[in-house]
Amino acid sequence: MRDDSPIGGFILTALFVSVVAVGGVNAVLPELHRQVVDINHWLTDKQFADMFAIANASPGPNMLIITLIGWSLGGFYGAIVSTLALCTPTCALTYLVAQAWEKFKDAPWRIAVQAGLVPVTVGLIAASAYLLARAADHSMMAYAMTAATAGISYFTRINPLWAMAAAAALGHAGLV
Amino acid sequence: MKDGGRGNGFRFRKARAHAPHPTVLERKPGGFIISKMSDSTVETLEQTSVPTLPEIFLGFLGIALSGFGGVMPWAQRMLVEKKKWLTPEKFAEDVALAQFLPGPNIVNLSIVVGSRWRGALGSLVACIGLIGAPVALMMILGALYARYGDAAWLSGPLAGLSASAAGLVIAMAAKLAAPLFRGKRIMAISFAILSFIAVGFLRVPLYWVLFVFGPLSVAAFWWRLR
Repeated sequence: MRDDSPIGGFILTALFVSVVAVGGVNAVLPELHRQVVDINHWLTDKQFADMFAIANASPGPNMLIITLIGWSLGGFYGAIVSTLALCTPTCALTYLVAQAWEKFKDAPWRIAVQAGLVPVTVGLIAASAYLLARAADHSMMAYAMTAATAGISYFTRINPLWAMAAAAALGHAGLV
Repeated sequence: MKDGGRGNGFRFRKARAHAPHPTVLERKPGGFIISKMSDSTVETLEQTSVPTLPEIFLGFLGIALSGFGGVMPWAQRMLVEKKKWLTPEKFAEDVALAQFLPGPNIVNLSIVVGSRWRGALGSLVACIGLIGAPVALMMILGALYARYGDAAWLSGPLAGLSASAAGLVIAMAAKLAAPLFRGKRIMAISFAILSFIAVGFLRVPLYWVLFVFGPLSVAAFWWRLR
């Protein structure tokens, strides 16, 4: 599948990753890494890790690592087309499903589906919270930052961005 | 008819300046929509309103620009707590739908709520609000990275940010789980705990949980609703 310009191949990868990303980005990151670094050698391991860090540290969906990789492989248009490949097909599908979903909003089966899916989603988000904390927390300070942000966000009306800014500053100072 | 669910005296005040002030409550699956919030006696009910297109855009832009290390907790904060466009229950339902469809969850969520509020245009505006600015930022950062070729210095701040972001997701999970526990909904709590253990501790692949526990849970609720 390789040709001279890697961007065409990467757009297919972005499309693939988007469509298999049921349940969120974290589920497909290993696959993205495998495609981009191991199989096609579009980026080195360090470049991939750097881009993952940039996408995580800047605001917006972390999935936009796709935009960043698209930029590095194909410049401006590479970034745009990769992002469109990431979003357009799944957005169209979601839109169609959302329309049908509203249309049947009083149907008994729809109420059952909704009632059934919510608990599973709650469990999955709790699991991803647990896994994120386990991946991030390697020091007492990190545990404290996690707990402080969770507490502020759950119990108070203070904007958690303050906690995140403090955590980033402490991290920069090498304390996390 | 189609506009029925979108009725809101505030948001349409120009178009409906001469309309009578309805105080009728509309029953929605996720709570109540108050057609006209003029009466202090309705305070005890969940109040939601339907945003205009510019409001949708700015709302999702705000979500995107706050979303360091993960966006979904910020969607909850903006849509449910600050703007009160969705009840907590409705938010949980929409996130569930977004999660079970392919693609980035937060982008799916923008499509789902945007389409309910303002149709196709609402979806488009919500989605562009959500990813427009971050995409532009990504390209700027991409250019800087291409020039300087190193982001290793980010590892320090990112360590702190990741720890903090995990806390946000914990709080979000607690907020989503709270209604299940308050309502003592044993079956829902059981499925939530099973999914949590399967993915969190047993490391079962996500799609297994989605496509095995999802249908099982739906079947259980269906059986009970009948």
